[in-house]
Amino acid sequence: MSLLSVRDLTVKFAMRDQTVTALNQISFDVRRGERLGIVGESGAGKSITGFALMNLLSQPGYIDSGHVMFGGEDIVRFSDAQMRRIRGNRMAMIFQDPMVTLNPVLTIGQQMVETLRAHRKLSRAEAEQISILKLREVYIPSPEERLEQYPHELSGGMRQRIVIAIALLLDPELIIADEPTTALDVTIQADIMDLLLELCQSNKVGLILITHDLGVVSQMTERTLVMYAGRIIEAGPTRQIINDPQHPYTQGLINALPQQTLPGHRLKQIPGNMPSPAALPAGCPFHPRCDFAVDICRRVRPEIMRFAEVEIACHEVSRLHGIPYKEESA
Amino acid sequence: MLAYLVKRVFQAIAVMFAISLIGFAIQDNLGDPLRALVGVSVSEEVRDQLRDELGLNDGFVTQYLRFLGNALHGDLGTSYFFKEPALDVILKKMPATLELVLGATLIIVGLSVPLGVYTAIKPKSILSGIIMGLSIVGISIPVFLTAILMIFVFAVNLGWFPSYGRGEVVHVFGSWDTNFASFDGLMHVLLPSVALASIMLPLFVRLIRAEMMEVLQSEYVKFAKAKGLRPMRIYFVHALKNTLLPVITVGGVQIGTMVAYTILTETVFQWPGMGFMFLEAVNRVDTPLIVAYLIVVGFIFVVTNTIVDLIYGLVNPTVNLARMGA
Repeated sequence: MSLLSVRDLTVKFAMRDQTVTALNQISFDVRRGERLGIVGESGAGKSITGFALMNLLSQPGYIDSGHVMFGGEDIVRFSDAQMRRIRGNRMAMIFQDPMVTLNPVLTIGQQMVETLRAHRKLSRAEAEQISILKLREVYIPSPEERLEQYPHELSGGMRQRIVIAIALLLDPELIIADEPTTALDVTIQADIMDLLLELCQSNKVGLILITHDLGVVSQMTERTLVMYAGRIIEAGPTRQIINDPQHPYTQGLINALPQQTLPGHRLKQIPGNMPSPAALPAGCPFHPRCDFAVDICRRVRPEIMRFAEVEIACHEVSRLHGIPYKEESA
Repeated sequence: MLAYLVKRVFQAIAVMFAISLIGFAIQDNLGDPLRALVGVSVSEEVRDQLRDELGLNDGFVTQYLRFLGNALHGDLGTSYFFKEPALDVILKKMPATLELVLGATLIIVGLSVPLGVYTAIKPKSILSGIIMGLSIVGISIPVFLTAILMIFVFAVNLGWFPSYGRGEVVHVFGSWDTNFASFDGLMHVLLPSVALASIMLPLFVRLIRAEMMEVLQSEYVKFAKAKGLRPMRIYFVHALKNTLLPVITVGGVQIGTMVAYTILTETVFQWPGMGFMFLEAVNRVDTPLIVAYLIVVGFIFVVTNTIVDLIYGLVNPTVNLARMGA
C-alpha cells in the first residue's frame, strides 16, 4: 500500500478579480521509504504541491478538490487539530532557506524541544537528550553547546542540518524537502544532499524532493514527476526520465543541462517562458514553446496516459505510441 | 558592555549640551521677566539696577557660560516667581507627572499587546474592524479635546470620576506622594491617564498589529506551523517576541514624548505636575524655570532612550552589547 496517495488534487488562489488554478488535478503516489523528485521551472506548482500536502497553503490559496490519502486517511478532510498532530510528527518539511527558517530569537534547543513536546509527553531533559542524538545524526559537532546557541551564531550549512534534524526529530514517515539546498553554497549543497539521502535510506523515510536541479533528482530519487504550469506532464522512474525523456518539455530541460553542450558552445534553452497560471493558453499549455506542436496541441489539452512505466501528457507522444489524436477535450 | 555604556554616556552629554544651548537661547524671546517680577509701578532706574543684579545686561556668551558653570554644580538658576532653586521646584512637581505617565504607560502596555495581537491574528473579524476604527478616532482627536470630553461625560454628566486635582495622596518619601495607594487617588489618576494614553494607545495597537502581521508571513512562522505547534505558541512565543523588538525601540521614544504631552493633560485636569507648572512659568515669564524644565525633560528623554537601547540588547540575541562598544 502507498504511504501517500494524491488523487486529482486541485489548488486554487482566490485573487481579487479572478480565481487562479495553481494545481490542476494532479495525482501521484509515494510508497513507504520511496524517494520522489518533483521538478519543473519556477512557478510550475512544485512548492504549492508541497505546502498543499501539509495543508499549509498561505492565503489566498486553498485546496479546491481532490484527496490526499496519507496512511489510509484523507487528510484534506482533517480538522486543524488532527492535521497538527500529523505535521512535524508523521510528515515533516524542510524549507528552502535555512537563514530564515529558524526563529532568530529562540535558541536551537528551544526550537527542537518545543517540536518534541508538541507531539509527545516528554520532560524538558528527555527532549533535550533526543535533540542531542538527532543533532549528532546530522553530524553537528558538540551538539550540547548548540542547544544554547541562537541561529545567527551558526553558518547556513549548519542551520540546514539543524532544520533536517528538526524534521527527523519524531521519526516521520514522509519528509517534504522544498529546494533544500538552493540557498546554500555549492560546496555545501552536495554535503546536505548526501546527508539527506543517507538519513532517508537508513531510517526508511519517504522523501518528496522538490527541486529544479535534474542532476540532484537523478542522484537522489527513484521516481520523478515533471511539472509544467500546475500539471504533471511526465512521471515515471527517474532513470528512465533522465535517460530517455519523452515529453518535449522534459527533453528541453535535459538538453538545457550544461553537460549536454560542448565547451565553448551556446547553452541550449527552451524558447519563451512558462505561462502564468492566470493566463494559460488553450490546448496543451506547453504548445507555444514546443517544436513539435501541431494543430491539435493548440486546441485540445492532452490527458496524461500511461506507456509501460511512464505516464506522459502529450499528443505527439501518444501518436508515436500508435494512439490516434482524440478530439474531445480533457 | 562597559564600553557601550561609556559611549552612551558621552552621547547623552552631547545631547544635553545641545538642549541647554537651545533652551537658553530662546529665553530672550519670551518677554521681559522684569515686568512679571516687579509690575509697572517701579521706575526705570530700579529696573536697570535689578537687571544688573540678575546679570541680564551681560552678553549672551557670558550669561550662557555662567549658566553652564552653575548647571554643572546642579544649579539650574532660581525661579523668579517661587524664589527657590528652579530644580527644586521641578523635582517637587515631578512625582505627580511621573505617576501620570506611569498610569498611561500601564494602560498602553496592558491593552496594546492583546489588542494588537488580536487584530493581527483576526484581521477580518468585526471586533478588529471596531478596534481599528476606534484607533483612528483616538489618533485623530487631540489630547486636550479628549480630556475635556472625558471630563464632560464621566465627571460632569455621569459623576463617576473627579474632574480635577490629585485627590487623596499617600506620602512615600521626600516630595513623592503617590496616587496609587488609595481608592480616591486611583479615581483621580484614571481619567488623566486615559486622556494621556488616548493618542499613544492607538498608535501602539496599530504598530503591534502591522509588525505582527508581517512576522506572521515569515518563513519561521510557517516552519513553526509545519512543526505542528499549537497556534497560541506560534502567536505568543514565535511571533510576539519578534514583533516586540521594533516596538520597544519606538515605545521608548514615545515615553519621552508622553512627558511632553503631560503639559496639555495636566493643564486640563489641573494636575499639579511639571507640565502644569511649565505652562504657568511661561505665563509668568519665569525664564530660569522654563530653561530648567526643558533641560530636565531632555534629561528624561536621554535616560529613557538609553535604558530602552539596553533592554533591546538584552531581548534581541543578535545584538551583542559587549561588542557594540568598539
